[in-house]
Amino acid sequence: MRKVLIANRGEIARRIIRTCRAMGIATVAVYSEADRNLPFVREADEAVEIGPPPVPHSYLNVEAILAAAREKGADAIHPGYGLLSENEAFARRVLDERLIFIGPSPEVIGKMGDKLTARRIMEQAGVPVVPGTAEAVSEADEAAERAAQIGYPIMLKASAGGGGIGMQICRDEAELRQAFQTARNRAKAYFGSDAMYMEKYVERPRHIEVQIAADRHGKVIHLLERECSIQRRHQKVVEESPSPFLDDAARQRLFQAAVKAAEAVGYTGVGTVEFIVDSQKNFYFLEMNTRLQVEHPVTEEMTGIDLVALQLEIADGKPLSLRQQDVRPLRHAVELRIYAEDPVTFLPSPGTITLYQPPCMEGVRIDDGVETGAQVTPFYDPMIAKLIASGATRGEALQRAREALRAYLITGIKTNIPFLQKVLEDEKFLQGDYTTWFVQERAAKPER
Amino acid sequence: MKQVKTNMAGTVSKVLVRTGDQVRAGQDVIVLESMKMEVPIAADAAGKVAEVKVKAGDFVNDGDVLLIVE
Repeated sequence: MRKVLIANRGEIARRIIRTCRAMGIATVAVYSEADRNLPFVREADEAVEIGPPPVPHSYLNVEAILAAAREKGADAIHPGYGLLSENEAFARRVLDERLIFIGPSPEVIGKMGDKLTARRIMEQAGVPVVPGTAEAVSEADEAAERAAQIGYPIMLKASAGGGGIGMQICRDEAELRQAFQTARNRAKAYFGSDAMYMEKYVERPRHIEVQIAADRHGKVIHLLERECSIQRRHQKVVEESPSPFLDDAARQRLFQAAVKAAEAVGYTGVGTVEFIVDSQKNFYFLEMNTRLQVEHPVTEEMTGIDLVALQLEIADGKPLSLRQQDVRPLRHAVELRIYAEDPVTFLPSPGTITLYQPPCMEGVRIDDGVETGAQVTPFYDPMIAKLIASGATRGEALQRAREALRAYLITGIKTNIPFLQKVLEDEKFLQGDYTTWFVQERAAKPER
Repeated sequence: MKQVKTNMAGTVSKVLVRTGDQVRAGQDVIVLESMKMEVPIAADAAGKVAEVKVKAGDFVNDGDVLLIVE
C-alpha cells in the first residue's frame, strides 16, 4: 500500500493522514466545494474536489470518488466513519476497481448493516440479543400483536437505520399505533427501506462497546471496552474507558461475546461490537459497526495502540502482530465530542469560527477539523472536534478534561462546551453512576 | 402581518402549511434540515398564512423569512 485516498472529511480525514504519514504512505483527500479551505484538504499530499456541498453530490458520490482515486493513482480507499463507510455497494465498487478497501468485506458490511440479519447471526452464535422481532413488521396490527408478546416498553426501529434516526420508544399500544406509520414513512425517506422491527426497551441501560481487530488469517483479538452512555438524541457525547460500571467478571464475558460475534460473521479489520447493559450487568448485542469508530481515540490513549495503523496493516494483508496479552489499560481515557450546537437546546449552530484556540496540555489530545476563519456549514455533521484526556486514574483524566475545556476557545458559533462542563461537574457522573438517560434526567432541558 | 423567520441556516425539508391555512401560535409550519438534524420551525402568532416564501429543497440562511402570517 503506497497511496491511500480518504473518502471522508474534517477531523477524521486529518486523523487518517497523520498515521499514513507516520507509516510513509501518501494521502489523497477528496472534498466538496464547501470544504475547500479546511485543514484536511491542505494536509493531504494531494486533493481532488469532487462536487457541490450536499453529500449526495460529493462525499456520497461514488463515481466521483473512484475517478479521483484513478486520477491520482491511489491503491487503497479509507472510508473513515459515517458517509460511505458502511455502504456495501461502495465497498464492492472499490474492489471492482482493483483497489484495497480499508475495512471488512462487502458481505460482512451487508450482513451487519441489516439489523435483522445481524441479530439472527448473533443469536445463532450464542451472543445474547434483546428480545424482539426476528422478521420485519409491516402492519400496525401485526406490530401491536408482537409488541404484546415481547412486553412494553418497546423500541421501534428502522431495520436499515443508524445514528438514532428512525428509533422510537413506545410505552403502550396506543403509542405504538400512533408512531408506527410515521416511523415507517421516515425510514422509507431516510434509508430507502421501510422494514421495521421492534425490540424490548431496556430501561436505563448503559451503552458499552468492545473494540475488536481481526486479520485476514483468522486471528481475532479485542481491545477492551468503551463506556458510551452519555448520549443526546441517541448520539454519543462523552465516552470513557475503562467503564466505571463493569466489574472484571462482567468485563470478561463482554469481551468473549465480542470476539465470538466477530468470528461468527467472519470479520476482518477493526470493528466495534455495541452492547446495551442493564442494571444487573446483563448485556445484549446492539449492533456491530464495521468501521473505525468516532471514539476510537479513547482506546488509543488508554492502550497506546494506533487503531488506524492496525487498519492499514490488516487491509494490506499483514497478520496481526499484536497478541491479546499485549492489550492492557495503561491509563484511563475520556473523550468529549465538541459539537457546533446550542448547549441547551442542542439545535445546530452553523457559522464562521472567528477564533479557534484549542488547549495544549499534558495528557490532552485534540482531534479537530477546523481552525480560525473556518466555515461550519449546515451540510454535514455538527461535530467539529474531539477532546481526549487521559491520566493514571479516572480522577486525573477528568481533571485534565475539565482544565482543557476551560482553556478551549471557540467564538463565532455556539458549541456544546458549557454542556460538557456541566457533565464533568455532575456528582453522578463523577461517581461513574450514569446511564443513557443521564442527559435527559440530569444535564439538559427538554428538547423541543 | 407577522413574518416567520428561521434562526438557523439549513435546507427546507418540508413545508407543512399552504397559503390560506389558519395556524395557531406555536404550530410547526416548516421543517428545516441542518447538520443531519430535522428542526421544526413554529409560527409565533396565530393567523392566516398570507404567503409561503420557500419550498422544499430551498437553502435558507439565519434570519431569512420563511412565511408571512396575517
